[in-house]
Amino acid sequence: MKRDLVTSAIGILVLTLLLGLAYPLLVTGIGQAVFPGNANGQQIKVHGRLIGSKIIGQSFAEPVIGKNGKPQEEEEELLTKPDPRYFQSRPSATEGGEYNASASTFSNRGPNSKLTEEDDAQALKAYLALNRPYDRSLSGAQVPVDAVNTSASNLDPEISPANARIQAHRVAAVRGLPLVRVDSLIASHTSGRGLGFSGEPGVNVLELNLALDRLEGKAS
Amino acid sequence: MTFSGWFTIAAFAVVLTALAVPLGGYLAKVYSGQRVFLSPVLAAPERLLYRVLRVDAQQGQDWKQYARSLLVFSLAGWLLLYFILRTQTLWDFTGLNPSGFHSGTWNVSFNTVSSFLTNTNWQYYGGETTMSYFSQMLGLTVQNWLSAGVGIVVAVALVRGIVSRSGKSLGNFWQDLVRTILYVLGPIALLSAVVLMSQGVIQNFSHYLTAHTLTGLPQTIAMGPVASQEAIKELGTNGGGFFNVNSAHPFENPNGFTNFYEILIVLIIPAALVFMYGRMAGNRRQGYAIYGVMMFMFLGAVAVAYIAEAHGSPAQHAAGLNTHVISGSGGGNMEGKEQRFGIAGSALFDVVTTVTSCGAVNSAIESFTGIGGAVPMANLSASEVIFGGVGTGLYSILLYVLLAVFIGGLMVGRTPEWLGKKLEAREIKLAGLGILITPLAALFCTAMATADSAGRKSISEVAGKGPQGFSETFYAYLSQANNNGSAFAGYTGYVQPNAGNLGAHGVTFTDLLGGFDMLFARYAPILFALAVAGALAGKRVTPAGLGTMRTDNATFSVLLIGVIVLVGALTFFPALLLGPVVQGLTGHLY
Repeated sequence: MKRDLVTSAIGILVLTLLLGLAYPLLVTGIGQAVFPGNANGQQIKVHGRLIGSKIIGQSFAEPVIGKNGKPQEEEEELLTKPDPRYFQSRPSATEGGEYNASASTFSNRGPNSKLTEEDDAQALKAYLALNRPYDRSLSGAQVPVDAVNTSASNLDPEISPANARIQAHRVAAVRGLPLVRVDSLIASHTSGRGLGFSGEPGVNVLELNLALDRLEGKAS
Repeated sequence: MTFSGWFTIAAFAVVLTALAVPLGGYLAKVYSGQRVFLSPVLAAPERLLYRVLRVDAQQGQDWKQYARSLLVFSLAGWLLLYFILRTQTLWDFTGLNPSGFHSGTWNVSFNTVSSFLTNTNWQYYGGETTMSYFSQMLGLTVQNWLSAGVGIVVAVALVRGIVSRSGKSLGNFWQDLVRTILYVLGPIALLSAVVLMSQGVIQNFSHYLTAHTLTGLPQTIAMGPVASQEAIKELGTNGGGFFNVNSAHPFENPNGFTNFYEILIVLIIPAALVFMYGRMAGNRRQGYAIYGVMMFMFLGAVAVAYIAEAHGSPAQHAAGLNTHVISGSGGGNMEGKEQRFGIAGSALFDVVTTVTSCGAVNSAIESFTGIGGAVPMANLSASEVIFGGVGTGLYSILLYVLLAVFIGGLMVGRTPEWLGKKLEAREIKLAGLGILITPLAALFCTAMATADSAGRKSISEVAGKGPQGFSETFYAYLSQANNNGSAFAGYTGYVQPNAGNLGAHGVTFTDLLGGFDMLFARYAPILFALAVAGALAGKRVTPAGLGTMRTDNATFSVLLIGVIVLVGALTFFPALLLGPVVQGLTGHLY
């Protein structure tokens, strides 16, 4: 018994240093030396200013400016509306505003919940309201599920190609670009499946929007 | 459903089997003390560790000595982790708490520590809003390794007991643990951490980033040493996310390839251990028969989950969504799922991590359809024997094998024999108890939490209406009893808001009930498994005769499936009916 106590006490301390300190430090060393971009979160900077991470989704909404010329708030959260010049990410339900990447969370919407139905119906309506003026033939049945449902992390950096192609009508019209130009931009920003079969193709929204800004030669 | 979805599932089964067979041979060598290709590098550090730990690795232990070493070591680990979490701010001088998070409260810490010690990794906290990098590394990552190691050595000890022909020794706990860390977990975890970083999993000690998005809104982005923890979290079937949303977070699981890779390393050791068993038993077909059972039940579960999720949920249909596959979208129930994984990648990941005791998630199980959510519950109801956790899976299914041999023996009217050893009352009693502990803990705790108003506080106010509330509760205690750790995440053991630096305030009843659920359902079966090993060790082996029931053919596999389904179904069917089955069979909204 005494031997077990001594060995356990030494063992837990030694193994903590080995597995909890040496191992993570070794991995950090390798990561920072070999994959510094990835290990630090694939930060995207424009003119030295941090715009975000390539693989963390973000909101492309702008603050709502009230009659007094100031951004509007509701329940201490900034009121925002989608910026029509940009492709919009999936709906996000993080606390403290959409795409809060310091507190990821599941939305936990149940499959048989009335509230889920209400959220879905509202999101569908908002999506149609935003995009239909630019594509009169758009119907609810054409809207892909990812445009309406929240993701698991609520930080999804991607949207489905179908979602992007619908939004292309709006973005092209608002920016005064030919639709084919925007569509080809989507195609070049669509990632394939892992190993050719694992997962689904997706369009990285932030990269696509940055490419749009570059196209107009006015990246901020 | 799509072709690529089904292809992914098939490719996974093939790749897994192709890798697990040679790894099983490697494990058999490691645990029988033979030289392996890593020996020239690792023999010296191995000897050094024995000297530092002051153990005589050559000295065999009987089942009681083995169990005592295991329990004392686990207790030491429990105390150190509890100390680290409760004194989180004490370590701020290391610079590994850039967000200045407070120390944990006693009730949440009790739950968390019990959870990581038992390989459960049930989390009543959000990683990036509660835990310092110090706690994640020196506290939680360490137990990701050690709880996995403890699971594996129990399985190894049980196999030794089953095949041993003389003496009462089951091996040496310390030697098995050190070898597991150095020869098995170490190389694969290190390699996996590098693979994951190459794909975009982060590994740094930075402050959280502040970005200014294209439309001028600020965004704070959590950072941390993720890759090192992610690798061992999957490999050790632990499953506790660095971030709140676990493997759904792009920094933990950035693309379709990492999704595939992560579930591969979740299942690789549980699968390989089965082949190791066959080799150590001197008859590889013993392993194949069990592997067949596991793979059959696994693929069945994946198929049901994929079909159910591809169909979409009643709420989606009521809202007028089109859940069919259309050009450029995979359709289905995308609520709580990431675009890059899609339906198949989410269903497959979910089944892999619930048949094992991993419990990592890449999608919100709470948002799965009724039948889709019934699949992980059914997996858990089988008490983690479909591959199961590292080690726990093998020792749990071997207890079922014992039971199946006994039942088979009764049916043909002969004394039951297993690998030439007569099974007697003592082994059957111990195995029966070992099998029943987990269901007992799960159902008892569910009953407590449902009956007591204190338990109902944990049910999500938003999501937990109707049968979903029962599903949440049942899943919580089923998951903790099976040391799984996945959740219907609306069920909570801490009070929001947990954001900021204040730490989470625990719900004492829920934290304690869950904590005891995990500890009891982990260590009691371990003791029973070791006791069975002790009872079988050194039993006389008689050559197989005409009347011996074979345990290495398809007939036995079918019998084993029957026993597993019967025990699981009879125990859990009423509970499953009350929750997910009701939801799956009606389109009613609550």
